[in-house]
Amino acid sequence: MHSELSLIEQVKSGKLWDIPGGIHPPERKSLSNSTKIDIIPLSPFYYVPIKQHIGNEGKLLVKVGEQVLTGQPLTDAIEGLSLPVHAPTSGVIKDITPHVSAHPSGKPEITIVIESDHKDTVFTTKPIKNWQTSEAASLTKHIQSMGVAGLGGAAFPTYVKTNPTKDIKLLIINGVECEPYITADDVLMRYFANEITQGINILQHMVQPELVVIAIEDNKPEAIEAIKLAVKDQDTIEVRVIPTKYPSGGEKQLIEIVTGQEVPSKSIPADIGIVMQNIGTCFAIKEAVIDGKALIHRVVTVTGESISRPQNLWVKLGTPISDLLTHCGLVAEQDQRLIMGGPMMGFNIMDTMMPVVKSTNCILAPSEYNLPSFGVEQACIRCSLCSDACPVNLLPQQMLWYSKAKDHEKLEEYNLADCIECGVCSYVCPSQIPLVQYYRSSKVEIKQEKEDKIKSDKAKERFETRQLRLERDKQARLLKHKESADKRKKALEKDGNAKDKIAAALARAKAKKASTGETAPISADAQTTNTQDKVAAAIARAKAKKQAQADSETTATVSSESQDSEVGSAEAVEAKSAEQIKKDKIAATVARAKAKKLKQAAENKEQGESN
Amino acid sequence: MKSISKLFVSSPHTRTGLTTNQVMRTVCYACIPGIAAQTYFFGWGVIVQALLCIIVALTAEAIILSLREKPVRATLADGSAMLTGLLIALSIPPLAPWWISVIGVSFAIIIVKQLYGGLGFNLFNPAMAGYVVLLISFPVAMTNWLPVQQVMTYDISFLDCVSSIFTGFTLDGYSVTQLRIAVDGITMATPLDHFKTQIDLGLTASEITASPIYGDYGGTGWEWVNLGYLIGGLLLLKQGVIRWHIPFAIIASLFTFSLISYSITPDLSLPPMISLFSGATMFAAFFIATDPISASTTIRGRLIYGAIIGALIFMIREWGGYPDGVAFAVLLTNLAVPLIDYYTKPAVYGHKAKV
Amino acid sequence: MYVLLFALGALIALTVVFGAILGFASVKFKVKADPLVEQIDNLLPQTQCGQCGYPGCKPYAEAIANGDDINKCPPGGESTIKQLADLMGVDAKPLDSAHGQEDVKKVAFIREDECIGCTKCIQACPVDAIMGASKVMHTVIIDECTGCDLCVEPCPVDCIDMVPLTDTNWKWDALAISVKNIN
Repeated sequence: MHSELSLIEQVKSGKLWDIPGGIHPPERKSLSNSTKIDIIPLSPFYYVPIKQHIGNEGKLLVKVGEQVLTGQPLTDAIEGLSLPVHAPTSGVIKDITPHVSAHPSGKPEITIVIESDHKDTVFTTKPIKNWQTSEAASLTKHIQSMGVAGLGGAAFPTYVKTNPTKDIKLLIINGVECEPYITADDVLMRYFANEITQGINILQHMVQPELVVIAIEDNKPEAIEAIKLAVKDQDTIEVRVIPTKYPSGGEKQLIEIVTGQEVPSKSIPADIGIVMQNIGTCFAIKEAVIDGKALIHRVVTVTGESISRPQNLWVKLGTPISDLLTHCGLVAEQDQRLIMGGPMMGFNIMDTMMPVVKSTNCILAPSEYNLPSFGVEQACIRCSLCSDACPVNLLPQQMLWYSKAKDHEKLEEYNLADCIECGVCSYVCPSQIPLVQYYRSSKVEIKQEKEDKIKSDKAKERFETRQLRLERDKQARLLKHKESADKRKKALEKDGNAKDKIAAALARAKAKKASTGETAPISADAQTTNTQDKVAAAIARAKAKKQAQADSETTATVSSESQDSEVGSAEAVEAKSAEQIKKDKIAATVARAKAKKLKQAAENKEQGESN
Repeated sequence: MKSISKLFVSSPHTRTGLTTNQVMRTVCYACIPGIAAQTYFFGWGVIVQALLCIIVALTAEAIILSLREKPVRATLADGSAMLTGLLIALSIPPLAPWWISVIGVSFAIIIVKQLYGGLGFNLFNPAMAGYVVLLISFPVAMTNWLPVQQVMTYDISFLDCVSSIFTGFTLDGYSVTQLRIAVDGITMATPLDHFKTQIDLGLTASEITASPIYGDYGGTGWEWVNLGYLIGGLLLLKQGVIRWHIPFAIIASLFTFSLISYSITPDLSLPPMISLFSGATMFAAFFIATDPISASTTIRGRLIYGAIIGALIFMIREWGGYPDGVAFAVLLTNLAVPLIDYYTKPAVYGHKAKV
Repeated sequence: MYVLLFALGALIALTVVFGAILGFASVKFKVKADPLVEQIDNLLPQTQCGQCGYPGCKPYAEAIANGDDINKCPPGGESTIKQLADLMGVDAKPLDSAHGQEDVKKVAFIREDECIGCTKCIQACPVDAIMGASKVMHTVIIDECTGCDLCVEPCPVDCIDMVPLTDTNWKWDALAISVKNIN
């Protein structure tokens, strides 16, 4: 108990902790943070993936060809972790189809394509003006229906975090933005500090923390100034300026910096009484609750040395990246790299039709000169620059061996699962080893292995149960046979003339044997012709099937004709014919399969002969 | 508009400028102050040996790489073979015969490095393993250190050095043994060697250190060589090529043990400052023990690794049969590295013991 | 003589002491291992496909324990062979092609409109992963199917396909990107 009490006291004292490792890559934030947030003109088409968050996609509410308005829900959240998506602008649903996704793989995902009508007619949603007196539960539901997700990068549904099951002492607002180049949160804080504060107040009302800390890196003096001004009258909100270092903005890292506490492995911050929200998310919450606006736009930094007008833009979700690049003037160099997200954790855009989604904070088009890419991988010299830089104290140099050797047990012993994939180890590696990629692959392999293990255990259990059952059935059958045999025997004995009966049976058997002996040559003959017969039969049956099909068609037409006159009898005919059709169908399928098997056998034979 | 890269690359999308090749080259450059001092006091032989060893190292590496069907040019360019050659050259007596260098370097590159799998896979420090093989196999040639030039009877030129290394005699026909006779007619040994033999003869430490082969705070000449390597080492630290833990631990541990020993038996022990500034102390602390491949990699591990090396250096010097124990200390500690690394894993985030 | 006795005595004493230590350790730190068959069975993929020539994974595990080759399991592939080799202390050999090739993971899929409800596949399935009754359509429980393809052969109307499993989102990168190897 005392640790929790001292947590708030400690935080209030203003003390900051340091995280191990970390790096100071060139920031290059001044490229894009000198202008106000511009608004990009409407695109002709918007591509809205129905899943833009962690969790399940919602249920589709619209059909192709339907007219939608700006902010109209396109899907409805289902049970479990789920969020709806909304129409970014008014227009017509052109298609609902797999489209390149905003995922490193670019794997197509179901996407709603909206053709803009350039009117941007707004769909009216009721705001909750009196949120101060509203129940937290209804606000949570509202935030979910507005599709608000964490805008820091992971797009975790916000409504889950605003409805914590544990008692929350501390709410941390993450304005760190430690990735180089990105300034989306920076400019949002500069120009929308009051709106962000309103969002924070709503969160305070919902989560009821004792204290709110807004953490901002010291390389954003204007943003710090603006936020300080906006919260100066609120004594439960403190602004904490933290030293610039990558990756201070990671959730667990920021918690360590602000509170000195660690979130235990495999736990969430709420377990230690802390909730964290991103600056952008606070703004989205304000828009959702006070303005009744669904999450359909966000600030995106379009920057990089190959962009002629780097800047921050209000971008409607679903806007294809090509439109952003055109608007900001991409001057591509040879093999221009395009990155969604920052240079440390972002991913390659391989198709510029990829849409902007809730988690898109930056589109980066760097030059090779300013952001050198990786060269040829060399041998690890165990220089341990990586382990010195690792913010979670892992030993990347050791894990590399185990990752290469696929020694998953050792990897788990070295806590691979706690790797946050921040990329620091790869960044500092003098041998240019893509360490993070090795770990990602290993993580997937381990996950796969565990899944396989579960499956194989299940299969084993089922197999063994089946074996047992079969054995049991066999025993039961044997027992039954024995019992009935005994019964017969007893019955026979009772009859008394059992002997006669046995003699008669023997005689019958003999007679039968004699007759089969006679017919034997004939049956042998029959067997030789059997295959031919079978083929013929199959063909005949196939014909029959065709006939049946034709018949069924005619029956259908006939029945539809006769429907008008005699409904009752028509039904009877239909039912009968349906049964007939089914039987025919079965016969036909059997015939077809048999023919196929025969053909295969013949082919095999031919092959065997030719070989 | 030019092409958009469709190549899939994993994040991060950028890296620091530092490469392994640069690391190796920086270490070579950082040797320069030490080499300069060594050349000043021990003659041109140092430079000749350095060139010879580097050539042998590159040749041996190239041959093995081509036998192993690995890219030769790219791997030679990483500079690791060059560095191994250089480090051996700086460890052996400057006028050691050429075949000594060839055997030592070849052993280091072929057996210790490449047979274990090449760069990054060697368990032992190649330079020190090569040196130890030479020391055990050819003890006389390997302890034939010249006295510092300033107390030598003969002046030897660059060509004298070349001739001596390759034929055994200088241009004027003097052998290395003759060269080792100093102005006062006594055969000169290294300060550490001298100290050991004199202690055995029953002299006290203060009597021994009065000899001209001891300077102000170390061995004459040797103190400057050590200072040179100290400066080079500090440069490496500043460049971020090595971390402070290992050199610090070695120096601190060696100094502590020397101090304890000296304060208990001042007549029998080497004074701590002479300990630090004689022999290969600074060279080992900054250039040998910091070889990352064979050293410990965790922070606590590095401190333990350095401390063990320092302790072993002290023990071998004090009680062992060899005057200097740097090579043995490093190799023995190399053996313990996997164990040290395993037991000094740092606590990963989220795995702290519950409060 | 005295020296000899002393040496002998010392040696005997050492033998006794170390023998006692070893004996104690073997009792105290005894590792309770699974029976060998269990260990082998745990490594096998449990598809129960019978491609090895035995009616299921457990029987094959017993056969391996009795000295059969370890390279007869195509669903397990090279990785299983390697693990078996480690366990059995023998050299890993390539998969015996007489028993089939290593293939991508598949599951059975019944084309339901063609199924005639003969129940033959249900009887063939080693893990009871097919649902259905006589004369009604059958279907495969995808999560239970091991992809052994034992149901394909008995089907009189050839309505069972082996369909490769599609990857879920988190699996993509392990398969899509090969990490560049050095040299």
